[in-house]
This record gives sequence, C-alpha cells and structure tokens, in this order.
Amino acid sequence: MFPAPVHRTSPQWQLAYRTLLPLSVFMWLLPLIAVAVFSTRPAEDFTSGNYWGLPSSFEAVANYGRVFFDSDMPRYLLNSVLITVPTVVGAVALSCMTGFALGVYRFRANLWIFFMFVAGNFVPFQILMVPVRDLTLDLGLYNTRTGLVLFHIAFQTGFCTLFMRNFIRALPFALIESARVEGVSEFRIFRFVVLPLMKPAIAALAILIFTFIWNDYFWAVVLTQGSASQPVTAGITSFNAQYRAAYHLMSAGSIVAALPPVAMFFLMQRHFIAGLTLGAVK
Amino acid sequence: MADAAFARPGAGTPTETWFHRHRRAIAPWLFLAPGVLFFLFYVIFPIFQSFEISLYKWDGLGEARYVGVENYQKLFKDRAFETSLWNNLKWLVLYLLAVPAGLFIAIFLNQTVTGIRLYKSLFFFPFVISQVVVGLVFTWFYDPTFGLLNTILGWLGTGPLNVLGDPTLVTYGIIVAGLWPQTAYCMILYLTGLNAVDPEQVEAGRLDGARGWRMLWHVVLPQLRPATFIAFVVTIIGALRSFDLISIMTDGGPFGSSRVLSFYMFEKALSEYGFRMGYGAAIAVVLFLIMLGFIAYFLWSMQREEREG
Amino acid sequence: MRSMFQAAALATATFLTLPASAGLSGELKIFLDTSNPAPRATMEAMIARFGALHPDLNIETTIIDREAYKTQIRNFLTADAPDVATWYAANRMRPYVSAGLFEDVSDLWREPEIAENLASTKGAMTIDGKQWGVPYSYYQWGVYYREDIFNELGLEEPATWEEEKANCAKIVASGRACYTIGTKYLWTAGGWFDYLNLRTNGYDFHMALTQGEVEWTDERVRAVFAKWRELIDMGGFIANHQTYSWQEALPFIVNGEATAYLMGNFSVAPMREAGLTDDKLDFYQFVEITPGVAKAEDAPTDTFHIPANAKNKEAAREFLRYVVSAENQTIINNGENLGQLPINAQSAIDDDEFLRQGFEMLSRNSPGGVAQFFDRDAPAEMAKAAMEGFQEFMVFPDNLDDILERLESARQDIY
Repeated sequence: MFPAPVHRTSPQWQLAYRTLLPLSVFMWLLPLIAVAVFSTRPAEDFTSGNYWGLPSSFEAVANYGRVFFDSDMPRYLLNSVLITVPTVVGAVALSCMTGFALGVYRFRANLWIFFMFVAGNFVPFQILMVPVRDLTLDLGLYNTRTGLVLFHIAFQTGFCTLFMRNFIRALPFALIESARVEGVSEFRIFRFVVLPLMKPAIAALAILIFTFIWNDYFWAVVLTQGSASQPVTAGITSFNAQYRAAYHLMSAGSIVAALPPVAMFFLMQRHFIAGLTLGAVK
Repeated sequence: MADAAFARPGAGTPTETWFHRHRRAIAPWLFLAPGVLFFLFYVIFPIFQSFEISLYKWDGLGEARYVGVENYQKLFKDRAFETSLWNNLKWLVLYLLAVPAGLFIAIFLNQTVTGIRLYKSLFFFPFVISQVVVGLVFTWFYDPTFGLLNTILGWLGTGPLNVLGDPTLVTYGIIVAGLWPQTAYCMILYLTGLNAVDPEQVEAGRLDGARGWRMLWHVVLPQLRPATFIAFVVTIIGALRSFDLISIMTDGGPFGSSRVLSFYMFEKALSEYGFRMGYGAAIAVVLFLIMLGFIAYFLWSMQREEREG
Repeated sequence: MRSMFQAAALATATFLTLPASAGLSGELKIFLDTSNPAPRATMEAMIARFGALHPDLNIETTIIDREAYKTQIRNFLTADAPDVATWYAANRMRPYVSAGLFEDVSDLWREPEIAENLASTKGAMTIDGKQWGVPYSYYQWGVYYREDIFNELGLEEPATWEEEKANCAKIVASGRACYTIGTKYLWTAGGWFDYLNLRTNGYDFHMALTQGEVEWTDERVRAVFAKWRELIDMGGFIANHQTYSWQEALPFIVNGEATAYLMGNFSVAPMREAGLTDDKLDFYQFVEITPGVAKAEDAPTDTFHIPANAKNKEAAREFLRYVVSAENQTIINNGENLGQLPINAQSAIDDDEFLRQGFEMLSRNSPGGVAQFFDRDAPAEMAKAAMEGFQEFMVFPDNLDDILERLESARQDIY
C-alpha cells in the first residue's frame, strides 16, 4: 500500500493525521459552507453588513420557503427532471446496443466506428452549436424539452458507447459462444445473456449521465429559454436576476439547484465512482 | 426487435434465409443503427457543417453569403480573439494543475482510518455540483465587499483584492474556481488507481530503500499510468470547454479580459446585435483544430493499447 | 358571476380604449424582460387585468432575466416567437426592424386614441416612416442623492460642474465615495458618458456620435473623458464597480458609503424598499458643464412589440391597445408599481416626489432635446464596444488613447 498506512507510523503523526483530516475537509469546502451559512441568514444581515458575524436570526425555513413558493424554481426543477430522466434512459438504451455491437462482433469497421464515438465525445461543444441549433429549429423543437433531450441523448451516446463497449469486452466471451452453439438468436443473446451482466454498468452510467445532464448549462441556454422549458441551471440565473443582491435568497436557490445530483451521488456513491473511474486501472 | 423474428429457424422465404445466413454480419449493424444515426446527425455532420458555415457571412436567418476565408482573416485582426486565445492557453496549462493536486489529495486520503470514506466523499463532491453553482459560489467567495477571501486576507493584514474585477487576475481567479471540481475528479481517479497498486512491488521498493518521492516516482507512478492518462484527457477537454464559469462569474469581463474562445464564439453567434454565425463558426473551428491535436493523440494512444490488449 | 364581473370590468375601463374587446380567443404568448420584483409584479397584475377582460384568451407569460433577454431576443424572434415582447425604442429596435422581425403596427398609430395621446413618443417608435411597436413607460435619468448626508455635510444641490466637484471633494473628505455605480453589465457607464457628453457637447453631438458621424478620437470626445477623469481622479466613484450589477451597487448608497447614484428612476423602488425614505433621498438634474449648451436629458422609453412571426396578432394588437390606454398607464406607472412616467397624455402622473420632479424636468427643463440612451441611440455592436471602453476607462483612465483608437476602428467597421 502506498503511502505507508498511518497506523504503522509514529503516534504523533497518527494524531496529526487525524486532526488534519477534518481541518482539510473544512478548508476544501469552505466556499460552499459559506454559501450554506448565507442561505440561513436574514435579509437584515446583508443590509447591515453583518456578513460573517453571528446571524441575527435563523431564517433557513423562510429563505428556502421563498425559493420553493415564491419563484419559478419548482418549475425549473421539474424541467430538469423531465430533461434528465429521458436522456438517461435514451442514452443508456442506445449505448447498450452500440456497446454490445462493438464489444462482441468482429468486423472491419468496428474500430473506426468506435473511434468515431470516442472522438465525437471529445469535441468542443461550440463546433456543434450553430448547426445543432438550426437542426432543432428545423425539427420544430426549439425551446422544447424534447429538443434538448434528443441532442443530449445523441451526444451522450458517444461517452456511453465507450463505456459500455469496454465493459462488455471484459465480460467472459465464452458465455456468448456457448449460447451461439445452442442456436440462440443474436437478439436473445443480447437480451438474455449480456444485458443481465451489464446491470452494474447500467447503474454506473445512469448515475453519471444523470449528473452530467442535470448540470448542463451551455445547451440549456442555446436550445431553450424561459421557465417553460429551461432546466434549473439556467433557471438559477433568472432566479438571481429576480433577487439580485438578495444574497440569502440567491444562496438558498443555488443550494436547491445543486442538491439533486449531490443527493444522487451520496445515494449511489459506489456506482458513481465505479463509472467515473472505469479504465483508471488496468 | 425485428431480428428475433427473422432468426426463427426453418422459416422459408429467401430473404429470411439470406438474413439467417448472414445474421452475424448484419446483427451488429442493426444494433448500431439507432445510436450511430443519432450520433451522425447531431454530432458528426454538424462538425462539417460548422466548417462550411465559417466560410459564409450569415445572420442565421436570411441568405448566407459566401465570403471565403474572410472570417478567418478578420479573426487575426480581432483583439478580442487574441485575448481569448491567450486565455485559452492559460486555461490549458493551469488547469492541468488539477492532476498533481488530485494525486496529492489522493495520497493524503489513501488510508484506512475510521470515517475515511466520508472524507473521500466530501472531498469529491464539488465535482457533482453544477459549474453554474460553482461559479456563483466562487463569485461570492471573491466578492470585494463581503467575500470570504477578502475577509481572510483582512485577518492576515493584506488585501483587499478584487479578483474578478482585475483584468490581470480575473482569468486566474476563474481557473481556480474550475480547479476545485476538477481536482476532485482527478483525486477520485487516483484513489481508484492507488487501490490497485501492487503491494508486493511497493514492499519490494521499500526493501530496496525507496521511500517518499523516490517510491512515488519509480514504483507507484508507473503503475498509475492509466489513471494519469484519463486525468489528462478529461482535464484538457474540460479546459477547452470552459464556458459556464466565465458566463456566470464575469460574463467575459471586465472589459472582455476573461473571454475564452468558447465564450467568445457564443457571444458572437448568439449576440443581440445580429447573429454572426459565420464568424462564430470560424472561432469554433479554431477551437476545434486545437482540440483535434489532442483528440488525435488520445486516439493514437488508445489504438496502441487496443493492439497490445 | 363571470358575466357580472366582465360587465363591471368593462364599465370601469373607458369605453373608447377597448373598441374590439369581445371575441378574443386562443393563446397569447407574452415575453417580458421585467425581471426585477416591482416591475415583475406590475406586469403580472396588468396582464391579469387584461385577461379578466378576455376570459376566453389563454395568456401565457414568460419573464426572462433582463440582461439575458438582451442576448435571447433575436433568438426567440427568429425561432419561437411570442405574440408580444418587450424591448426598447429608437435605434435599439432597428436591427429587428431591418431584419423584418417586428410587425409594422402603423395601423394602431392611426387610431385616434393612440394618435392623439401618444404623439410625443411617436418619433422614438418610428423607423422608415412606420411605427414598429408601442411604448409603455419612460423615465428620467438624473442624480439620486442622500439628502440626509448632504445636510449633514452642509451641501446644496449643485447646478454647475464646479459646484458638483466642490461637493464631491467634501464628500470624499468625509470618507465616502460620491457616486455608487455597478458596471458589470456596462450600460451604467453609458449613462455617465451620455450625461457628460450631453452637457459638454450637446444633444446634436450625442446624436452625431451615436450615428457614427464623428470620430472617436475627436477632441470633443476627449473633452468628455477629461471631465470624467476629474471625478475618477478625486476618488469620486466606488471601488470595484466593475464586479457589480446596478443592483449590487445599491447597498453602497443605502449604507451611506456613497452619496449619489446617476440612474434611471426605476432605481427608486429598490432604494425605498431598502429603507431610504423620501427625507433621506432626493433628486437633482445633472449639472451644467459647458455654459450655453442647452440641457438635454436621457429618458429611455420601454416598449412592447409584436414579432413578425407572432401567431395571434389580433389579440396582440388588443393587448397593445390596452397597455397604452390612459387608465392602464396611470396604474402601471404609479409610484407603487413601475415608478415611471406614463406615455399617454391623458394619464395622471402619480403624486410622487421623484415622478413629479422628473416630469417637470423633462417637460420644462430639457430644451436641448430628449435622448433615448447611449445603447439605444447607438447600434448595439458599437454600444457594446464603446461601453466596454467606458468601463475600462473608469478602471484604467490612462488607457484612454488605446481605447479611443479601438473604438474608432470599431466605428469604421460597424457603420
């Protein structure tokens, strides 16, 4: 193990390590903690310049209440859900199939198609912006959640295929071979042999894509506008415009916007990290 | 799915037998079709369309007028473009600090004391927050009146510093904000990598008297190569994609000094005063060409690995 | 019950303003940029009143952040047009008129109700002899100042540039800044440039400059920056203004760290809400700089337009008629709502300290003319470049030569 385990070192260093841990986490998260503290302060603290002293009262309920009942935030949150969930389902479904095709079959174009997905996944968004906006307009899907979902599915298929293909490559190929010998059709092999084995990959990918899409801002501003279709990342700027300089409310709004992926992460941590670090070890 | 029905053995018509005979050649294409078509229409074709649009003067609405390389010629005289390019370079170089920083934190956290899992999660979770919120959090962190940074600087007897209002500091300030989640990402990659480091080799290194830096450099890092590779890839992509933070934290300011290509392109193409679609596309093409160098390198090393494995 | 309510509503609304109120149906999509709390509530209430008159009309309102709206408007006009959208008068609407994205509403302006009562703003809505929208409000700009601090320091409202500077010197000596400002979104610096320019060189020069007829390296332009620099060098402006929006600059005047704010009258509502009562806050017209130059004011007009791609233009026209009607104008512009000036001559101006002073100033004390605003009189691309330059100048006055050369080359490209 590297570095040497702490319990094998001197007691002084052990003690130092144990105090350093919480301290360093505190420092690391300080900017965020500050915002969380802001979100519980009353408005008067900001007008009177009491930014970092003791809060004059605890107003978390009132502040978060206004975020939920006195703004378009619930609508933006709902939009985010309605954009994120279909994208996750669509991208995972498509990439199960593409990953299967590229992971199991040997044919000449295989590597080229795989590289197309990988390369496309790396391109800067801006090169796609003008044509994708046009395409969405032509489809009559501009400023709809559907338009955003379709693009997200397409783009995420690149990353998901990379992921699924590598995962399937690591599965025991003998299973597929023996199924073929028994005359099972290719589709049934996919459905009943490979798919059940892909469950951990699907879980990991779903949570990853959820986070990516929930946090998307660029495409939200390019393809949608207004509270009818925009997700919460774009909504938070409108929210902030409404409450500009009302830092207690802007902080509360930001926390609300950030929370769903954070909750997802803590709930499904194992899958999340497994997904993120696929390929980080040989 | 169609292919399940087709594959029923013993069906009589010639198409079905033909299909049956070639099903192993056809099946992958059926599985690929939806994903590939989607990807072609939304990702691959648009790349080429952008190249084409960059040769036109077009407001996104009326007739596009072919102007050849005029958009590119204009770029080279455009000071805002020059600023953006320089800032992109700063992003590329400094953003890579996330890799060693992530490694450092990963080594720090790679222990088995009680509660370490929670600490790892807490260190990681800036990565899960959207960049929009990270941008807001750091905007307030830097705020010259009440920001935590200046409060702390005040205690130390220096400052105040208006990071986002100073044209020489602003880009660095935004990069630091970007490093926060990116370091977390690299950290998690390295934590996983460290888990898989061969303990026997480490022990062998210890017997050889390797400790600390030498151990890290000669024994551990070589085994972390896959993690390092991915960390570099995602960080470089992240650096060239930086848009959200700039848009939220400074809107490109003050007086345009924190623009990068991705932001400038958006500004030009979707601005109030007329869509400079062609000009915007030209900026995007430049950005893409920079990226292409890296993409080519990534693909090359991936291909090499494919061959080996 | 509903018909009773309808009848009552019809009775209260003046009969003449609603010639075709019956029978509107379908959807009416309205996009608004009134994202601040007070204007937002005003507009929502106004739309509710209009909706009550047309129960069969399904109205959908979208409110977009005012700064974001500016980058989104062209997008939605071309892509997914609403039936009614807010915008600004004069040159600021020209790009959309030229691109054929705004509907010609000259027919509305021929209706006697509008022709007679809105005559004063017709010019600002006219391009190529046609009208492209209707105004819903306008407001004065000027210096809002802390009356109580002025009293404490023994200062009077200044009338000349020398007095302005003398006041400012005393304010700075008392440890305060003279002016708060937040230039993150640039246009606030445009207000300062406008006033310094209007007072130094006059209205005609302002128009010539914004129309691209004068070089930015002209001596007269430099004279404006020289005046500006006098205030900058004496520490007149708050520090770090480049990181604040205009709202984020408000606490400085509210807390008394700065004593004045060159702003539009819409800033009164948030200042009042933050606790600046009328005995603490007052207003004066921007001082004279070059004697003999007739005083001209900035009085931006906010407008409603019908996008050319709108689907329900009949209902949209009816909505525009309602917006400009005398009664509605009185309501939405009063001190509790927008706190601005009505554009209908038949409307009553609210008995509000600032609205009265503003109306007085614009109707009696602005012989030089009324300008819209720097970014509404100049084409948007020039405005953006120039205001970025103003912001830079306010932080680094020494960069002036470089800035002016850059603006001059931008001018040659743009016009």
